[in-house]
Amino acid sequence: MSTAPLLQSLFPNIQDWGEMGQACVDTLLMLGGSLALTVAIGLPLGVLLYLTGPGQLRARPKTYAATSVVVNILRSVPFIILMIVMMPVTYALVGTKLGVRGAIPPLVIGTAPFFARLVETSLREVSRGVIEAAQAMGASTWQIVRHVLLPEARAGLWAGITVTAIALVGYTAMGGAIGSGGLGDLAYRYGYLSYKSDYMLVTVVLLVVLVQALQVAGDRIVARCKQH
Amino acid sequence: MIRFLDVSKSYRVDGREVPALAPFNLDIHDGEVFGIIGHSGAGKSTLLRLINLLERPSGGRILIGDTDITALDEPALRAQRRRIGMIFQHFNLLASRTVAANVALPLRLAGERNASTIRARVDELLERVGLAEHAHKFPSQLSGGQKQRVGIARALANRPEILLCDEATSALDPQTTAQVLDLLATINRELKLTIVLITHEMDVVRRIADRVAVLDAGHLVESGTVADVFLHPQHATTRRFVSEALPETAGDAAAPPGVHGRVLRFTFRGAATLEPVLSRVMRESGVDFNLIAGRIDRIKDLPYGQLTLALEGAQIDAALQKLRAAGITVEELA
Repeated sequence: MSTAPLLQSLFPNIQDWGEMGQACVDTLLMLGGSLALTVAIGLPLGVLLYLTGPGQLRARPKTYAATSVVVNILRSVPFIILMIVMMPVTYALVGTKLGVRGAIPPLVIGTAPFFARLVETSLREVSRGVIEAAQAMGASTWQIVRHVLLPEARAGLWAGITVTAIALVGYTAMGGAIGSGGLGDLAYRYGYLSYKSDYMLVTVVLLVVLVQALQVAGDRIVARCKQH
Repeated sequence: MIRFLDVSKSYRVDGREVPALAPFNLDIHDGEVFGIIGHSGAGKSTLLRLINLLERPSGGRILIGDTDITALDEPALRAQRRRIGMIFQHFNLLASRTVAANVALPLRLAGERNASTIRARVDELLERVGLAEHAHKFPSQLSGGQKQRVGIARALANRPEILLCDEATSALDPQTTAQVLDLLATINRELKLTIVLITHEMDVVRRIADRVAVLDAGHLVESGTVADVFLHPQHATTRRFVSEALPETAGDAAAPPGVHGRVLRFTFRGAATLEPVLSRVMRESGVDFNLIAGRIDRIKDLPYGQLTLALEGAQIDAALQKLRAAGITVEELA
């Protein structure tokens, strides 16, 4: 093969490119799975924070304070600690503490509160006048959320999803340290523990490309939402 | 009929009650255009929002027809709100939806699912406000006047009986304001719907309102037909609004120095403007007059004239009697 000798000479330690490919797939699976679940949990949680917040449509000071504290606690635990602390829960949920499946529960619990805050912030950007107009039309709270708040805030929501996805890439790499697999695992085991710096370089470059791709895609979607 | 019975509103700020509207009574009749005028902070915006309970009164009852809306539960209130359209100073259109989708929103919220029914109704509404060709544009692509027309179409979607206008023309230039007011007057006439509008511009009231209430610092200080309030303002705030709209007929204007005689203001309305009464009476009684100020204009559809004259002659009182008998209002100015 024409490229093999070149790769061989550039990255002498990397014998098994198939392993590298599998690590990429694992990282993408962890990212996709946890991002979908993060949005599925964080979006309603963010809506709850917004609606129950002070002066909002369904202001409930106690609910808001309680939700807010839980969210803040989860956000302040360092992710690597959260992963370890959560291991029994993770095992109970998905039947393993390792691999892509084992990584997803802590990733979701770690990022959903973060995403929820981003959702809350972007919903607050929706003008009160538009909400008042919907109320004047006889809209229920649920109708306002569905027909007004979420569509009007969609640029901010997509920006939040982009930021969250990129944060997740970082977390998946961290997860590699305790056996979740993926690019972070390779970088840690071969690159860091075995001093194979070419592994480190390749994984880091792949992660940079992934983050860049996410940002570009996110920016495009946000720009499209903002067109009007 | 919208009936306010002893309604008041106060806000709780830092544990203290801050009054926004002092207790008041007011009737707004079916099919009329009712103006509420006041400076910013006078409470007019609060008063308007009491009608669809975007603001809840602190005391009193509000009746729409026979329904006490303050007693409605949540679903009944939502149903009531669908029968009341509202337009806003800043239009409050959804930026993420096209013109057609904005107008369709109240129909969808009311539970209409049939796409062709919605499309037909939206087309009809956009036709009425003259925006049929802009259906697929987004609000950001429209001018202020066009945005307000979308707001009006949206407000009319569920065939309301009442239309609330919250400073609907305050963000528009004078020409666009005139067009929007014309549209509102046409809607009032053709759809027989009651319009309640709030504004800080007397000119808006003069052009389209039938009756008007004046708010001053939370107090309803004056109300009546626009012609009465406009031509014979009683309260200082009302006089200020009138003189802002018509500096020439400033109610308290004293005669300039050097003018002799009794200074009087004559108001002609409707039929009285059609006859040359003034010149005939003055000629017959040998009274001379000096014209100090005057204006001839219309209040909605009512022509009127208002002249401030300085009179000299022996038979002034006899002349005034004849003028009064001919339906002309005469007021002595100090």
